[in-house]
Amino acid sequence: MIPDQITLTFESSDAEFDLTLEAGRAEKHYWLDLWRYRELFLILALRDISVRYKQTEIGVVWALLQPFLNMIIMTIIFSKVAGLPSEGTAPYAIMVFAAMLPWNFFSSALASASQSMVGNANLISKVYFPRLIIPASAVVTSFADFLISFLILIGMMIWYRFAPTWHILALPLFIAVAFVAALGPGLYITALNVKYRDFRYVIPFLVQFGLYVCPVAYSSTVIHEKLVKSLGDHLGNQFFLVYSLNPMVGVIDGFRWSILGGNAPIYLPGFFLSLLVAGIFLLLGIWYFRKTEKSFADII
Amino acid sequence: MSNRVVISVENLGKVYRISHQAERPRYVALRDVIAEKFQGLIHAKNPVSGSPSSSEDFWALKEVGFEVKQGEVVGIIGRNGAGKSTLLKILSRITEPSRGRVRIKGRVASLLEVGTGFHPELTGRENIYLNGAILGMSRAEIRTKFDEIVAFAEVAKFLDAPVKHYSSGMYVRLAFAVAAHLEPEILIVDEVLAVGDAEFQKKCLGKMQDVAKGGRTVLFVSHQMAAIQNLCQTGLLLTKGRIVKTGPIEDVVKHYLAESTHLAEISFEQRKDREGTGALRFSDVTLRNGDGTPVAALNSGAPAILELHLANPGARALRSVRFAVGVQNHLGQRILTLATVYSGNDFPVLGADVTCVEIRIPRLTLAPDRYGFTLFASVNGEVADWIRHAGTFDVEAGDFYGTGQLPPEGQGCLLIEHTFSAGSPIRV
Repeated sequence: MIPDQITLTFESSDAEFDLTLEAGRAEKHYWLDLWRYRELFLILALRDISVRYKQTEIGVVWALLQPFLNMIIMTIIFSKVAGLPSEGTAPYAIMVFAAMLPWNFFSSALASASQSMVGNANLISKVYFPRLIIPASAVVTSFADFLISFLILIGMMIWYRFAPTWHILALPLFIAVAFVAALGPGLYITALNVKYRDFRYVIPFLVQFGLYVCPVAYSSTVIHEKLVKSLGDHLGNQFFLVYSLNPMVGVIDGFRWSILGGNAPIYLPGFFLSLLVAGIFLLLGIWYFRKTEKSFADII
Repeated sequence: MSNRVVISVENLGKVYRISHQAERPRYVALRDVIAEKFQGLIHAKNPVSGSPSSSEDFWALKEVGFEVKQGEVVGIIGRNGAGKSTLLKILSRITEPSRGRVRIKGRVASLLEVGTGFHPELTGRENIYLNGAILGMSRAEIRTKFDEIVAFAEVAKFLDAPVKHYSSGMYVRLAFAVAAHLEPEILIVDEVLAVGDAEFQKKCLGKMQDVAKGGRTVLFVSHQMAAIQNLCQTGLLLTKGRIVKTGPIEDVVKHYLAESTHLAEISFEQRKDREGTGALRFSDVTLRNGDGTPVAALNSGAPAILELHLANPGARALRSVRFAVGVQNHLGQRILTLATVYSGNDFPVLGADVTCVEIRIPRLTLAPDRYGFTLFASVNGEVADWIRHAGTFDVEAGDFYGTGQLPPEGQGCLLIEHTFSAGSPIRV
C-alpha cells in the first residue's frame, strides 16, 4: 500500500492536474505527447515493414522489379521513341531512375498514408496516442521500399560505369525534402479519407496524373528550354517558376542534381519555390489533420 | 488511499448524431456532398443538404460528475448502452467530450480490449513489444518485464512463432499478460475478463487484485458482479447516460440488481391485458447464472436459469400443467420458444405448494442484445395465464466460441458453434 503521504485537502485547481479534457480544447501537450510516443511510432513503422515483407514471398523482389520495369519502359518510350535528350552526358536510364526514386516514394507514401487510418481503425477506437503517428509511420514504411530500390540505382551506376560526384553528399538533404513533400499532402488526404471514405478512388488518379506532370520520364531542363525558346527569357523563366510550384519538381531536380553530378543543373529560384510550397503543404496538412483527428474515433 | 483527487469529472456529456436512415454508413461519401452542393445550386431555394430532419442527437452521457481519489478502485456498472464504454473512452482520451470537463493527474493506461494491435503475422515476441508500446510502455520497461510476461502467459515455447499459429487460449493469455504488467498510476479496464477459460479468468482477477493492492487507482467495468465486488471498494451506477448511484460497492451492486432484475416495467399484477382463467398466475421472473446467483443480465455462451414465480390462487394441486416462454427480438419478432411440450417436461400434476418453476439453459446461444419475453401457462388444456411482452432482459457479450472473439452487436441474434476448413467438395 502507498502510505498516505498527502492528507491535505484543498480545492482542486487546474494546476494540480496533469491533463484536462474539454470539448474543443486544443491539446497543450500535443507535440510533447508526440515525442513521448516516439517508440510507438518506430514500432508501428517496423511492424508495417516486417509484415509487408513477410506476407509476400516475393515482397522484396516486387519492390525491386516494379520500378525497374517502369524505368525500362520510360527509357524506351521517351528516349528512343520520342527522342528526348538526357541531362548532359548522363545515361537516360539513370536519369529516369534518379527521378523515379523520389516519385515512387511520394506516390506510395500518399497511397499508404491515406489508407493507414482506416486500416488501423481498431487501434484508433481502443487506444489513445497522437493520431499523427499512423500516417507518419506509413510514410516511413514507404521509405523502406525507397531504400531497396536505391540498390537498383547503385547496380545501374556500376553497369553504366557512371561515378557520382561530391553532389551525392547532398542527397540526404533532398531525401528530407521528399519526406516533407510527401507528409504534407499525405496528412491532408488521410484526414479526408477518414471523413469521405470514397476519396480513395481519387488517389490512384492523382498519382497517375502526377507521374506525367512531374519531370519523371523526362528532364525538367527540356521544359525549361522549351518555355524559354517559345516565350523568351523573362516570361519563360516565370512560367518555369509556375511549373516549380509543384513541390515534386524541386525534389526530383534535387535528386538528379545530386545523383547525376554536374550533368543536371538546378534552377535555384524554382527549387526554393518548391521547398516553400512543400513547407506550406506540410503546415496545411498538419492543421487540417489536427482539426479533424478528434472526431476520428467517432466516425471511423 | 489518500485524499488526493486524481480524476475529477464535472458535468460531462457526450452527444452522438444518429442518422435515421438505417442503411446509411457513419461516414460521408464525398460523392454525396458534391451532389448535394450541386443540387443546391440548381434548386437555389433549398441550398443546403436535403433532409436535416433525418438525424437526431443522442446523449450517450449527460451531466455526469464524480471524483476518484488516489488508490481507489472503482467499479462502473450499468446495463448495455448505459454509457459505460463512452465514459471510459473519454477518460482514456480516445474520444472528446461534447460538454463538461475531465481533469486527470498521473499516467493513464487503458485496456478496453485484450490484444489491441496484435498482428497475426508477427511472432509472440514481436507482439509483446508492439502491444506494450501501444499500451504506453517504453521499450526498456517491456524488456525488464519480458520474462515475467512470458511466464504469466505460459507461451515460452512458442515465442518465436507467428501468433496466427497460436491457439485462441494462448492468444488471449499473451494479450492479457502484456496488459497486466502495465504499471500506470491510473488503470482503466473494460470487460476484459469476459474472455478466456475459468482458470485463466481467476488468474487475471488475481493479477488485477495485486494491481489494486499496489495503491494504484483503477476504474473497472464488468458485468460480473462477483468480480466487481471482489475488486472494488466504491461503485458508480450508470443508467441511460446518467449517474444514478455512487457509494460503497455493496450498496451500488444491490441497487443495480434491484433495479435491473426487475425485468418488467410494470408488475404483472398491474397488467390488465393478461389472458386466461387465472387458475395459475405468474407473479415474477428472476434471472440467475449457472451458480444460481441472481444476475441483471445473462452472458452468451454461459449457463442460464430462468425462474418463473407462480401464484396459485385456489391453493389446489393442478392437473396437466404446461408452461411456455417466448423470446422476441427488439422488433417484437419471435425468435424462439421454450416450452414444457418441447422439452417433455409437462407437469401431469403440479402440487399446491409449488411457487416456482425453473428453466435451465446449459449454454445460452443468444447474441448480446435486449430481448423481450412472453409468458404462457395452461392448466388442463385451458389457458391459465398469458402475458404478452411481459418484460425484457439483457444478454451481455460472453466468450461463446471459446476463441476470445466476442460477437459484436448487430451481427445477428443467434450464435451457433461452427468450424471452417479448406478442402475439396465433399463427395458422397
